[in-house]
Parts: sequence; structure tokens; C-alpha cells
Amino acid sequence: MLEEIGTSAEGDLIINVGPQHPSTHGVLHLVITLQGETIKKVEPHLGYIHRSIEKMCESLSYRQFIYVTSRMDYLSSHINNLGCALAVEKGLQVEVPRRAMVIRVLMSELTRLASHQLWWGAMAMDIGALTPFFHAFREREMINDIMEETCGARLTMNYMVPGGVMFDLHPDFQKKVKEFIAHFKGKIDEYDELLTGNVIFRERTVGVGKISREDAISYGCSGPVARAAGVSCDIRKHAPYDMYSELKFDEILHTDGDCYARYLVRMQEMRQSLNIIEQLIDNIPEGDFQAKTKAVLKLPKGEYYSMVETARGEFGVYIISEGAMTPYRIKFRSPGFSNLSALDHMAKGSKIGDLVAIMGTLDLVIPDIDR
Amino acid sequence: MGFLKNYIKTVYEAVSSLLKGMKRTGYYFTHHKEIITQSYPDNKDTMILPERFRGEVVMPHTDSNEHRCTGCTACELACPNGTIKIITKFEMTPEGKKKKALDTFVYHLELCTMCNLCIEACPTNAIKMAQNFEHSVYDRSQLTKTLNKEGSKLMEGVE
Repeated sequence: MLEEIGTSAEGDLIINVGPQHPSTHGVLHLVITLQGETIKKVEPHLGYIHRSIEKMCESLSYRQFIYVTSRMDYLSSHINNLGCALAVEKGLQVEVPRRAMVIRVLMSELTRLASHQLWWGAMAMDIGALTPFFHAFREREMINDIMEETCGARLTMNYMVPGGVMFDLHPDFQKKVKEFIAHFKGKIDEYDELLTGNVIFRERTVGVGKISREDAISYGCSGPVARAAGVSCDIRKHAPYDMYSELKFDEILHTDGDCYARYLVRMQEMRQSLNIIEQLIDNIPEGDFQAKTKAVLKLPKGEYYSMVETARGEFGVYIISEGAMTPYRIKFRSPGFSNLSALDHMAKGSKIGDLVAIMGTLDLVIPDIDR
Repeated sequence: MGFLKNYIKTVYEAVSSLLKGMKRTGYYFTHHKEIITQSYPDNKDTMILPERFRGEVVMPHTDSNEHRCTGCTACELACPNGTIKIITKFEMTPEGKKKKALDTFVYHLELCTMCNLCIEACPTNAIKMAQNFEHSVYDRSQLTKTLNKEGSKLMEGVE
């Protein structure tokens, strides 16, 4: 854990966590200034997994650039792809068939479930509970199998294309999703039994890593991190895309802004996702799964922005087009980057052991931060 | 007294929350059949992977060594990584005309991200995704493959 130990001029201890520390879930490098055991400052150093995705996209066509975004937030790759597809559709002004929209929402919610399950297991493992990890991966495997059958891949699907989705649903899809819902409804109560009420877990998370509503807004937090602090920011509610305006679901809001509130928001979001899937799974309309688009896509000159709610927060795609086959400039607004910027504020004044709990509930995916 | 009552209550709640979790763990400890541990799929011959599973790009050939690729380079243009390189040649048709045909279909597996865009782009369904998922080799050069078999030619009727 300690790569390099130094002291500052005031006699504070400076330690490095990472870039390969297991609790950082990737190559995140934190320089922590400690006074005794109390954290004075946390400084994230980024860039270890920077692949210049935004620059790469400038040389790829509007069909090709979508697959790259699966490699950013790899746990919600479907939703990232959807954000890109929506931005391109905005420029092309194509009407997406209703069947494709329903498939997209179903896939997005399944991805959100899979992402939250992995977060639940990994976060519990960070804090010191090993059992949840195996429970979470058992259920996640079912979703991965569903994805594998319909999309052909388990993690980086590249299933959303401008105008719809790449393939039609697999004939077994509805049956398997219903099986999964029936199975997971029992298991999510088991999750609560294992961890939510546990006294050790509560001691580690309640009141730890607090952030106020105002601070969450000014740091640009989004997703469960902001909603735990009382900021109503669910894109699915405030700027609904695809089918979300017709669906009934609640936006989960808590006001404490600590690690436990962030935990509860995600746990309740899983139930909401199940609710959304249940509403749609029996009402998949017949029809095309892809609108007819030209072989070579060219966006008219202009600027296009679309945003989607990934498992981590707001993901935005900003395309500037000069009318050519490739975009002039693409900017991605990734939720992980803004959420990480609040880490220093949350961790200040707490003990070094709490840092792992804070990082765990921020749900960091490093390739999403570095791009 | 109030302090003591609170103290006992906290201890009781703490212990009961721990026991609740232990009960769940104990349930799985005594129910071995519900534990799902999967071993590595060594049964590759009998294992059935989903039809759409993307493992690598292959070019199906018929028994008489014919493929469906016309060498139009649509897949090469669709590929985001430069995975596919198509080398064409000119063949003489029976009428004595020059016609473009496929010479070598070079496929760099080491660059491929299995995005399926080449399969979507192909107008003649000449290539498809295979289910093979084990690609480790000792030398990187072995991952550069030629997809069309030696001496193969274009299937009749495919334009």
C-alpha cells in the first residue's frame, strides 16, 4: 500500500495509494496528506489509463465511434452506447421504431441492475465483507447470460446503433428475463438481510463521507451520489429519452449525503429498475427493431448534445459536426470524473479507514474518469 | 437506568443483526446444491454457446471450397480498428472480361474488438462470427489470419 512515504513541511505524513491498490478498482492514484490518522487532503492523480478516446472518435465514422464508449464506463456500456446513438439520431432526425425504444430501455435497466450488483459486491468487499461479492456475482451472471444470448457479448456489447438496435431480441429473452425477475426479487431481500442492517456495516458507513446538497451541486455530482444528498437529478425523470416518459417509477432521494444514504439509494434503485422491467417485459410491441438509415451517415452542420442516466450518473455526448463523415469534435461528460472531484471534500477530516468506504460508495470506474 | 436500557438495547440489536447475516450464511453452508461455482469450460466439444456469441470472424466455405466474398471491401471500410485488409486481384471471366475478385482476406485477430460492424456491412453474408473464445498463442504473428482457404473461389451466382 505504501509506495512512497514522505513528510510535508508541517510534519504531516504523505502517503500514496495506488495506482495498483486493490481498493481503488483500477489505476487510480491518490496522494493523501495525513495528520496522525486524520485525512487533511486527498489528491487524485489521473491519467494512468488515458486512451484519448475523444480524439480517436474524430477519425471514426458515426457508426464506428459508438463501440469505443463501451470501453469508458464498461459496467454500463449499453447506456453509454445509447447516449451516443441518441446524439447521432438527433442530428439525423430519424424516428426510432417503438419496438427498438422498448428494447433499449429494457437493456438499459438490465445493465443498471448488473452494475449495481457488482458495485454492491465490490463495495462490501472493500469494507471487509467477502460473502456479498459471491452473492452479487451469482445474480449478475444471469443478466450476463441474457445479454450474451441477445447481444452476442457479455460486457462490451455494441448493441445500440443509430436508428435502433443491432439485432432483434432472442426468442428466449422474455422467458429468461421473467425467470431472472422472479429469482432476483427474493435475492434482493437476502442482500438487505446480509448487509443493510448489519451493525458493523452501519458503523462504517453512517455519517461517513458527508456532502451537503449545495456542495453536491457545486462539485457537479450526479447520479446516486447527488441523489443521496437530496439533489433531484435523474435524467430519466427530468429530460426523459426513449420510453421513460411513459413509465411509472420513483426517483429515489435521500437527504443525509453520507455513505449509508448512497448505499440506500442504489439498493432502492435496483427495485425501481425491476419495476421498470416488469412494466415493459409483457408489452414489447411488434415491429422493426431498426429504422432504415443510409449506409454512410452524415450529420448536418451543427452541434448536438444528448444525455442519459447511467448507473453512475449523467453521461453526456456533445458532437460538433461540420457535415463530414466523421465528427469535428466529440466531448463526453462522464459521471465518474465529477463524482471523484468531490472525494477530497467528503474525506477531509475523516479517518483513513473511512476513505475506502467513501471510495466504495462513490462507485468509481477509472476508465470512465480518464477516458 | 435509561442509559443501561439503551445500552442493552443497542447490544441486542447489534447481535441480532449479526445473527441475521450469519443465518443466511449458515443456510448456504448447509445447502450445498444452491451454491453455484462454475469451473472453466473445458468441455468445449459439447458446450453450446449462444448463436450470436462473438468470438472471431470466420469465412464459411462450402464443401467444394467456395466462399461468398466478392472483395468489395465494405467490411474493411466498416471496421473501426483496421482489423481487416482485403487484397484483390483481377480474374478473366469466360467472356474475356476483367473482373475484380478476392485474393487474400487478411484478418488481424489481435486488433479485433468483436464489434460486429463488418458482419453488418457485408452485402453477401460472406463472413460471420464464430463461437471460439480461446485465442492465446505463443507468438503474436499467429493471430494474423487468412480467412479464405487456399484455392477457394467465389460461389456462383454471388454478385
